[in-house]
Amino acid sequence: MLEIVLISAVKIVVVILVVLTACAYATYMERKLLAHLQHRIGPSYAGPYGLLQPIADGIKLIFKEDIVPNNVEKLTYTLAPIISFVPAMLIFAVVPFAADATLFGHEIKMVISDLNIGVLFIFAVASLGVYGIVLAGWSSGSKYSLMGGLRSSAQMVSYEVSYGLSIIGVILIANTLSLRELVEQQSSVFDWFVWRQPLGFLLYLTCAIAETNRLPFDMPEAEPELVGGYHTEYSSMRFAAFFIGEYGNILAVSAVGATLFFGGWQGPYLPSVLWFLIKVFLFMFFYIWLRATFPRFRYDQLMSFGWKVLLPLALLNTMVTAAIVML
Amino acid sequence: MKEIIKALGNVVFKMPQGFYVTLKHLFKKPVTLDYPRKKKPMAPRYHGRHYLERYDDGTERCVCCGLCAAACPADAIYMEPEENEKGERRAKVYEINLLRCIFCGFCEEACPEEAIFLGQDYEFSSDNRDSFIWTKEQMLVVHPRKDNPFKQLYRRVRKVYGVTDKGK
Repeated sequence: MLEIVLISAVKIVVVILVVLTACAYATYMERKLLAHLQHRIGPSYAGPYGLLQPIADGIKLIFKEDIVPNNVEKLTYTLAPIISFVPAMLIFAVVPFAADATLFGHEIKMVISDLNIGVLFIFAVASLGVYGIVLAGWSSGSKYSLMGGLRSSAQMVSYEVSYGLSIIGVILIANTLSLRELVEQQSSVFDWFVWRQPLGFLLYLTCAIAETNRLPFDMPEAEPELVGGYHTEYSSMRFAAFFIGEYGNILAVSAVGATLFFGGWQGPYLPSVLWFLIKVFLFMFFYIWLRATFPRFRYDQLMSFGWKVLLPLALLNTMVTAAIVML
Repeated sequence: MKEIIKALGNVVFKMPQGFYVTLKHLFKKPVTLDYPRKKKPMAPRYHGRHYLERYDDGTERCVCCGLCAAACPADAIYMEPEENEKGERRAKVYEINLLRCIFCGFCEEACPEEAIFLGQDYEFSSDNRDSFIWTKEQMLVVHPRKDNPFKQLYRRVRKVYGVTDKGK
């Protein structure tokens, strides 16, 4: 009993540390890559190639004054950053990040919790993230924040449906909701679900971008229109919590995408953890690449795209897959 | 239905084109200069901060005639004359207010003694207005000069008279 608790505790600490560091360095990667995509250099002062920039940013944010405007709803204003930050971290609880290993005679599953409804858990928890944004927008007592929060709720509710439906195909084929079993079913490159669910994968990718409020779907933030959107009134570590949440979400959907469609940690020669990290990195690269390539959607375009294109396609995908599985 | 077909068409045909364009740019050399650490060489005729030339023995070329001050459209030059040990005229005070200066180079053209030149230096920003008034001591070139003085002077003189880079 103690053994299990100990192993779990170690896994939790390691995963949280790795994810937080990865969040910090995701900002570095984004800034650097985006800069080079636009013929710029990007951060280059803190450390060699600016590698210490995320740490410098973190220290700066911690020591900034925490300003709370007068007309905020105190309780929700305080809770909102936490609500948007925690679900992003929770998702990693069910994502298997390596092959099972034997250490000191113990069989260790390289996943914090091997939930048999892992996929469901992920989608349940990921949907909670929207509350953080909506509450932040509402409780800030600022029209920009409110607009950001409103747009966010509309966008996330619209895309949530297609997001959920986009992976139904995979689940129908695999006949399981456990991420560990999903990974085990994709043992060779040809077994990857992306080959059997190409449309499902495209839908997942599109909806995941909308879910994480990334460009070109970053309606809630839309700097030129809404100043900063839902986090306009936040400063210091509360602001940082939103950003860690956002980048944590990106990492989470990347990790889930890699697990569902690209075989998770499965891969030849290299250690399984490395394969997992490579796949997540490629997802992240795609996200930043996409950001550099396409402009922001207009709000009405976003909504009509979500309802009139993504949802019918997701339904069609589900229906066709179900029919094939039935046969 | 039309919208769905259009969207799918975009994903298959249009979007890869866009991605290809941005990916091409990823491997191009950044145009941003890593400025304080890497500096761009200035054009040979760049009008930067002024400097005062010396003769080869170290005496100042400037005789404080005031032609530069007269030529200056921004009225940025102030000078007071004095005599040196040999009884020659030279500037006691020679100040250029770089906040007034428009770096037109008329002082360089007006100078009959080939004493004042606009150099390549452009890094003289400051948080103090007084430090923009540059004095004679700040602007005089060091003596003895580090590089070949003849060569430098030769180049400067020829530059003023617009001689092309040929010959010696």
